[in-house]
Amino acid sequence: MNRVGARKYLFSKKIDSYFEGIYKGYQFALRFFKEAFTSPFHLREIINQCFEIGLRSLPLITMTGFIIGIVFTKQSRPSLENFGAVSWLPSLMGIAIARALGPLVTSLICAGKVGSSISAELGSMKVTEQIDAMEVSAIDPFKYLVVTRVWATSISIPVLSFYCSCVGLLGSYYNVSTEEATSLQVFYTNAFSNISFLDLFSSMTKSIVFGFTIGIISCYKGFFASNGTSGVGKATNQAVILSMFLIFLEELIIVQIVNWIRYF
Amino acid sequence: METDKIQYGNSQDPVIKIEGLYKSFDELDVLKGVDLMLKKGENLAVLGKSGTGKSVLIKLLVGLLKPDRGNITILGQQLDKLNRKELNALRLRIGFSFQNSALYDSKSVYGNLSFPLTMNVKNLTKKQVDDAVEEALDAVGLLDKIGRRTEELSGGQRKRLGIARTLILKPEIMLYDEPTAGLDPVTCIEINALIVEMQQKYKTSSIVITHDLTCAKTTCERIAMLLDGKFLKTGTFEEVFETEEEQIKQFYSYNFTL
Ligand SMILES: Nc1ncnc2c1ncn2[C@@H]1O[C@H](COP(=O)(O)OP(=O)(O)OP(=O)(O)O)[C@@H](O)[C@H]1O
Ligand SMILES: [Mg+2]
Repeated sequence: MNRVGARKYLFSKKIDSYFEGIYKGYQFALRFFKEAFTSPFHLREIINQCFEIGLRSLPLITMTGFIIGIVFTKQSRPSLENFGAVSWLPSLMGIAIARALGPLVTSLICAGKVGSSISAELGSMKVTEQIDAMEVSAIDPFKYLVVTRVWATSISIPVLSFYCSCVGLLGSYYNVSTEEATSLQVFYTNAFSNISFLDLFSSMTKSIVFGFTIGIISCYKGFFASNGTSGVGKATNQAVILSMFLIFLEELIIVQIVNWIRYF
Repeated sequence: METDKIQYGNSQDPVIKIEGLYKSFDELDVLKGVDLMLKKGENLAVLGKSGTGKSVLIKLLVGLLKPDRGNITILGQQLDKLNRKELNALRLRIGFSFQNSALYDSKSVYGNLSFPLTMNVKNLTKKQVDDAVEEALDAVGLLDKIGRRTEELSGGQRKRLGIARTLILKPEIMLYDEPTAGLDPVTCIEINALIVEMQQKYKTSSIVITHDLTCAKTTCERIAMLLDGKFLKTGTFEEVFETEEEQIKQFYSYNFTL
């Protein structure tokens, strides 16, 4: 069997493999939807992963959320002062954090923290043949490893986003309260008065989409890692970069859609 | 699946039958027309130089890789005709011990054994799982390591745990990928004894991949030499090595001058 020269590239090796990658990723996501709603569900593993992702990220999210709340309030104050509109600060921050900052910041942090750990874990399982070992003992590794993790990120990242937004507002209140005498209650009433149901809904949708993206991309990169330990490093790196890039892209698209609905 | 098992009582049929198997990776042809037969209750050694495709061959047998051409029939079922569920049911009857053990490093020794069991057999009580784990560990002499983490095990202990992990599902066929590679002579003898014990105690049929002629001689009734992607010679130890074939003689003398 002489197969040398039998394979030709459509464009070049690099471009071909790039499009092949997109197609494979698409198939991977499709397979998730096919298998996400059929038993066995491995509920225990999903809960485990939720704790792993949620609880472990809590300190980092708390800190970042609080700091971002303070910093953004500090930065916005002078501009509002120019218009004599400092009293709008709470509602401005409410909108900024609930609509954009909360989900975005949480997802970017999780892309780094959770995404890298998922792809590194699956990648090293792949290159040490642990995934093959599952397969030969009749355990579906896609179901047990991928589906559970994607479920877990899609559930816990929205929860973390909501939490991050609350902490962010707390940070904002902390800064406001040092400058003006406002009670927490007044602050929160003001902050929430301008947030509509659509805002909350779009934020939730966004963070579910972001969570799904992080889960599916890092699982995909890990699941198809090759070339030993250096391959795992590369897969992890790519997973983080690609998730972050897609998160921004999705943010842009969802904002467009939501604005279109808002002014419809 | 149950009915298949009963039908398959006929001891004349081979448990594994491979016909005209081809496999290549990109431009590299690894297997070029492999034919092989494994009889019931028999241990068969597959010998061959590094990189000749021995691991690839047994990965094809459990469906981890797909052949380019050729037929594989295991326990009366043709592999490429099975859907995923049937394939998994068949995989449960085959034990696969990996060349590098492939232990689940996020799980303890106990977890490595209980995981395949609890995932495949529903509604086991804690006691039943414990008993099964202890029995498998006892069979490979690792009972004292039950609560340890896998990274605390030595190379030989990892190999044995890998074998125990396949035993726990009580397979009818065992595929050992280089069970003694890189181990000291004493541990080799222990593992060889383990393979023979498995054959006698659980009535398994096995394929043992090895570079090690002592291992092949002590554990297996028949030997197959894989060279150039084909089986050059199959038969008993004496049949295979009483030959004028240069490559086989080389393999033999190299092994025993060391
Ligand atoms: N997934 C793969 N992709 C590409 N090439 C592969 C793959 N798996 C194996 N090969 C190639 O197939 C050939 C046979 O590999 P295999 O692992 O079967 O060798 P082996 O006979 O088991 O050797 P060893 O005794 O060293 O384990 C090698 O040249 C290897 O490079
Ligand atoms: Mg090998």
